[in-house]
Amino acid sequence: MVADTHGAHRSKFLRDVIADTPDGEKIVHCLQCGSCGGSCPNGAEMDYTPRAIFAMIAADRREDVLTSNTMWQCVSCYFCTSRCPQDIPITEIMYSLKRMAIREGKARKSDAPALAKTFTDLVEKYGRSFEFGIASRYLLFNRPMSMLKSSGMGMSMFAKGRLALTPTRIKNVKQLQAIINKARELSQHD
Amino acid sequence: MKYAYYPGCSLEAGSAAYDKSVRAVLDQLGVELDELNDWNCCGATEYFSQNELVATSVIARNLALVDSEHDQLVAPCAACFLNLKKTDKLLAEHPAMKCQVDAALAAGGLSYKPGRVHVRHLLDILYTDVGPEAIKAKVVQPLSGLRVAPYYGCQIVRPLNGFDNPEYPMKLDEMFEWLGAEVVDYPVKAHCCGGHMTQISEPEAFELIRRLLQSADEYKADVILCMCPMCQLNLDAYQGRVNGHFGTSFKLPIVFFTQLLGVALGIDMKKLGFGKELVSAEPVIRSKLDGSSVGAGT
Repeated sequence: MVADTHGAHRSKFLRDVIADTPDGEKIVHCLQCGSCGGSCPNGAEMDYTPRAIFAMIAADRREDVLTSNTMWQCVSCYFCTSRCPQDIPITEIMYSLKRMAIREGKARKSDAPALAKTFTDLVEKYGRSFEFGIASRYLLFNRPMSMLKSSGMGMSMFAKGRLALTPTRIKNVKQLQAIINKARELSQHD
Repeated sequence: MKYAYYPGCSLEAGSAAYDKSVRAVLDQLGVELDELNDWNCCGATEYFSQNELVATSVIARNLALVDSEHDQLVAPCAACFLNLKKTDKLLAEHPAMKCQVDAALAAGGLSYKPGRVHVRHLLDILYTDVGPEAIKAKVVQPLSGLRVAPYYGCQIVRPLNGFDNPEYPMKLDEMFEWLGAEVVDYPVKAHCCGGHMTQISEPEAFELIRRLLQSADEYKADVILCMCPMCQLNLDAYQGRVNGHFGTSFKLPIVFFTQLLGVALGIDMKKLGFGKELVSAEPVIRSKLDGSSVGAGT
């Protein structure tokens, strides 16, 4: 790829992506072959395919990448990762771009950050995920129309005993919270 | 054979049929499952989208809770399996991250040494450890006449599976051949169900679900076999809405592979969680398998 592979990379964005992604340094070996976009089940919905995103990262186009919908369209299927001839951890880079977009207030094109926050807030409170709590809080505030359309399905799920209306709480939720708080403090991010 | 068992949150409510059938089948096969004491949610994909250190620390708590009696942890859910396995690998390969996760675990009075727990998927346990001879010996209701479409999804076979092919997996196909079923070889068996996209952008999620249902339908499957709660939810619970969206009329029962394995082993269908799926599976199973004796077992 267009990255300067000798010495420090000129693109600060590239340096940041590498620092934020385990094995992220492999991104500089991108051949621009496009196997990633071609393998992606949702590539047609992305503003830019992963191949293009990697070229943009090398070109330091931080704003364009972080405000794009690309990483939010990633469904974490790992086809790109599995097929990349250069062993680039593409799905993990998409996670890294999601984190950076949230931290920098650039995640504008998706409800995915709201879903993620609702999900993890409930985990931090109870220690377990709580499907009904996620659906009711997240859909009510973010997708009320969708909640209406899903209500029939929700009723069927309830009738089949597949929708618990109360959360399960683990015994040592305080221990989990202590671990999370420490991790958050060490990461210096929310 | 004895394993620590990590059911995961979905198996407590939405996918209780999976948990029920896993326990019934492994009991019948003489495999001991000891549920991990006080396990917490693996965070699915949602923590990794926000904070990687919190994501790995939350998952590492589960690895740290595995007691000295066990060195293998079995997870039936795709996301749980990948998260537990990925975290163990990250901690082994990235000393700086391990140092921070160690400090986070220590705040909860816990510690974990990477590699101490071997994270395994349920299919691997059944295919590799129990194996064909032991399973075939216990079949009392061969599945002959039933066309099953094994569906692997994503995160069990990619990227860290280690026991099957990430592009064209075969282990579930082979297992159902042992059981006498007609296994449908269809091209999308390891494609994506859309994951959490049903909660974010329905048209895109519905398209991914449609591709799977259509392919299995074109290959004349009677049922689709799932290994992941999210796959089962998307294909089963959203099938009606997908039909509404595309004007299709799919009516494909979506069951967990352990439910149908249990039928072959002669376990009572009620003990296997049948009846919880929105597209009913019992009629087609009974009609194809000489209904008189199906599910009347132990």
